[in-house]
Amino acid sequence: MMSEKKTVTLKIKRQDGPDSASYEETFTIPYRQNMNVISALMEIRRNPVNANGEKTTPVIWEMGCLEEVCGACSMVINGKPRQSCTALLDQLEQPIRLAPMTTFPVVRDLAVDRSRMFDALKKVKAWIPIDGTYDLGPGPRMPENKRQWAYELSKCMTCGVCLEACPNVNSRSEFIGPAAVSQVRLFNAHPTGAMNKEERLEGLMGDGGLANCGNSQNCVQSCPKGIPLTTSIAAMNRATSLQTFKNFFGSDH
Amino acid sequence: MAASRDFVSRKLHSLLGVIPLGLFVIQHLTVNYFATRGPEAFNDAAHFMESLPYRYVLEIFVIFLPLLFHAIYGVYIAFQSKNNVSRYGYLRNWMFYLQRISGVVVLIFVTWHVWQTRLQAAMGAEVNYQMMVDILSNPAMMIFYIIGVLGTVFHFANGLWSFFVSWGFTVTPKSQRVMTYVTMIIFVALSVVGMRALFAFV
Repeated sequence: MMSEKKTVTLKIKRQDGPDSASYEETFTIPYRQNMNVISALMEIRRNPVNANGEKTTPVIWEMGCLEEVCGACSMVINGKPRQSCTALLDQLEQPIRLAPMTTFPVVRDLAVDRSRMFDALKKVKAWIPIDGTYDLGPGPRMPENKRQWAYELSKCMTCGVCLEACPNVNSRSEFIGPAAVSQVRLFNAHPTGAMNKEERLEGLMGDGGLANCGNSQNCVQSCPKGIPLTTSIAAMNRATSLQTFKNFFGSDH
Repeated sequence: MAASRDFVSRKLHSLLGVIPLGLFVIQHLTVNYFATRGPEAFNDAAHFMESLPYRYVLEIFVIFLPLLFHAIYGVYIAFQSKNNVSRYGYLRNWMFYLQRISGVVVLIFVTWHVWQTRLQAAMGAEVNYQMMVDILSNPAMMIFYIIGVLGTVFHFANGLWSFFVSWGFTVTPKSQRVMTYVTMIIFVALSVVGMRALFAFV
């Protein structure tokens, strides 16, 4: 016996533009096997009709890789910030509530502007400068055991979940957030990157820097990649403490 | 390059909370504890503290200036955070929240306590066992002092945990977990000291 067609209900917090007020709109879409939040949003885009049968504008969201490595599709799903590509409908309680992350300015609907994260990476110089006027040859080798833990840090995809979870990242504070702090640890651990480690530490010691961390440790609990963010924060606390002494008392190395 | 104001202020705030303020709290509670040995012992201990040489220098540089900075900057920090324990109910997030609440409680308590004892002393009253008996004979005051002392002791113990992270002493999750236990034992131990002293006045 064929029962009535299975459906999925989504309650989505929408916003037409950066300065408009938000509102909630409910959608009921046909269920298919193995759906994720993105395929549900695609269904709404294909047929933008809300649960009352009214035609509406398609819901806007951001996405890239669809395999949880680019970080673009983060949103708050049933109260938890995470990537919508790996949020499988079968594992979510209905109605599924979607909302944009609150730490970042909303561009439209579920799309947010994560500029503050990228600005933070620039501030701490989260890269390794290797450009020069001639070939410098191969850099120093990296010990294997160090490479292994550094690899864990390199999984950061600037998705914004740790900033969303952090009580000290908000519109009242300039805190750069956990992600950029951990990136300094990553690049300072690299044998070539270590040649410029002081520059990155100075970035961390700037306004809005590492010292703004209040140790709530929500970041490490929330990171979808399991990056040891609080270990990175404490390690950088140690590095900046030592750097402060070196700066003040003087040191040649 | 000089470190930023944010960095220096935050580090100073963390340092002052332990040295000298944390040490002062322990010293103060220890002097109070003499009350468990009777009025005379307490009065002798209090009198010894009063008659320390260059007392005003000690009071200003060990207590009042660090306290003012720690309190004012602490309130600024507390009201900058956007607490979210309802969504992230993890232990450390609760401690983060309680640290800010207890900070405000301690500020209110200490302000009142300084007015009631140190400023009264400056205006001629004598700080002794009898003064505390009079204050704590009011049940509302007793409750206020119990909350104040417990708040202070918690704020110090948990602040000590943060201090160890913020200066980079405890880096690994394991060392941080051990420090959680150590600081909570400190909280309980100092609470016993504080409570026994308070109840010695009633």
